[in-house]
Amino acid sequence: MSSSVADTKPGDLPRTPRDWVPLLLVPALMVLAAPLFGNVSSWVTLTTAGLAMGMMIFLMASGLTLVFGLMDVINFGHGVFISLGAYATLLVLGPLAAWGEADSLVLNLSLLGLCILAAMAVTAAVGMLFERVIVRPVYGSHLKQILVTVGGLIVAEQFIHAIWGASPITVALPQTLRGAFVFGDVAIERYRVIAVVIGLAVFGLMHLVLNRTRIGLLIRAGVENAEMVESLGYRIRRLFVSVFVAGSALAGLGGVMWAFYRQTLTAGMGMDVMVLVFIVIIIGGLGSIGGCFVGSLLIALTANYVGFLAPKLALVSNILVMALVLIWRPQGLFPVNRQ
Amino acid sequence: MAEAILTLEGVHTHIGPYHILQGVSFGIARGELTMLLGRNGAGKTTTLRTIMGLWQASSGRITFDGREITASATPDIARSGIAYVPESMGIFTGLTVRENIVLAARSGPVDPARLDWILGLFPALRRFWDLPAGNLSGGQKQMLAIARAIAEPRRLLLVDEPTKGLAPVMIRSMIEAFQALKAAGETILLVEQNFHAASVLGDRAVVIDDGRVAHQGPMSELVADTDLQQRLLGLSMDTHQ
Repeated sequence: MSSSVADTKPGDLPRTPRDWVPLLLVPALMVLAAPLFGNVSSWVTLTTAGLAMGMMIFLMASGLTLVFGLMDVINFGHGVFISLGAYATLLVLGPLAAWGEADSLVLNLSLLGLCILAAMAVTAAVGMLFERVIVRPVYGSHLKQILVTVGGLIVAEQFIHAIWGASPITVALPQTLRGAFVFGDVAIERYRVIAVVIGLAVFGLMHLVLNRTRIGLLIRAGVENAEMVESLGYRIRRLFVSVFVAGSALAGLGGVMWAFYRQTLTAGMGMDVMVLVFIVIIIGGLGSIGGCFVGSLLIALTANYVGFLAPKLALVSNILVMALVLIWRPQGLFPVNRQ
Repeated sequence: MAEAILTLEGVHTHIGPYHILQGVSFGIARGELTMLLGRNGAGKTTTLRTIMGLWQASSGRITFDGREITASATPDIARSGIAYVPESMGIFTGLTVRENIVLAARSGPVDPARLDWILGLFPALRRFWDLPAGNLSGGQKQMLAIARAIAEPRRLLLVDEPTKGLAPVMIRSMIEAFQALKAAGETILLVEQNFHAASVLGDRAVVIDDGRVAHQGPMSELVADTDLQQRLLGLSMDTHQ
């Protein structure tokens, strides 16, 4: 960079106001909800559970929001990558079952790590095939995308039935990840802490990649104006495939975390969670990773709080949150300018 | 005319059911600034987009520096050395000014001397260097679009209506910037509705009407002939000055 450019004093420049308000929604919700609980322990337990749930939703939704933002593809088949990721754990849990039963944190975490690697590898490979065979022929047509990806989802679910059977399969959490950390009256499940750590790590990594690397720059530019990225000499098609594969792998990672959370595998488990995933990416702003993160936490915390305080409203709470957010910001919490 | 770096021969372009370009043929001489003129809807933007491969020519032949690019993909055309500034400017508003320029430099970091030269042409960009490009005014966005196109040396610059909607003072800045680019030996194909700007900048003029080339020749010839201007563009010099 030229010295004259580097020498420009930031203090002399007009500043862009940072959009902090959406970021404050999650802590504000947590603080405002606290007095409604009779005791601190319930609030802490539900808040931790909500954060863990939010992280898992974020893992499952982040790939979809990138795929929609960059490729303008509505992939209703995204749920199958969640299911597939969950079932891929069986590839590791079968031969390494002893690692899960061992009373060793290292072995247990290694097992979880291997499950994640296997799931991401399987879903990335299937994602590449899915993009090539199902999605590529229908670029530019939303209606066809919905029809074809739903069709792909049904076919893929039947493949899962054919390979692993139609009956639900139980998976056990590794030994040392079971149970809870207890602080006085407060119990925090260990696995939820792991989910929060992994969710934060993935969010941090995605933030770094998107904001500190050239490929991230290209993705952000491509979300705004794919045609201009091509006019600058970049092959956007390769970027599309890479993002689709990465999005599928992230769904696979989310599937692993979801599988151990539910401890039951069904072929439809990914589709079951897709309503939440779509709500989250709409709330966040289509194509926004930050919005997806905040939206996931907002939805999960609200669901947990309302489920405890007013169970009859639990079913509609997510829709209510979405409606309120969209009344406030019709393009989502962090709108992405797309041309 | 000097040696042509870009030639279009009998280019036809269809967009859906519409036959926009109907056998366009002209050449761009190396080191010259060629103005592409014509009424609204004549096919100027379509010509640039067809050259860039954003809309495929249905027939005809486009050659750049001796290599046929008629059926090439847009990224390959850009990589062959053509920079394009669309009418919409194509600024990435969520990226900073710096990131917009960094992205345009495909081969690595922007050369510091070249960057200083670019920011000398468009000093306003220096002040907004690390701010989102969405914060820029229309004129500043246009400056950024051109700065981005020349972030690395290119062999041909296609610019679509850079003065459109700009205030007179900004149009003067833009004319000065293009004069500096001309002086630096850049080859430019410039679509322009502002005949004053065209007359000041152009070496040659190609006038398109109804998807066909209605006239081509030295810009001075068109400037000197008000009847020709009236016939081809529907306007006289007086109305533009």
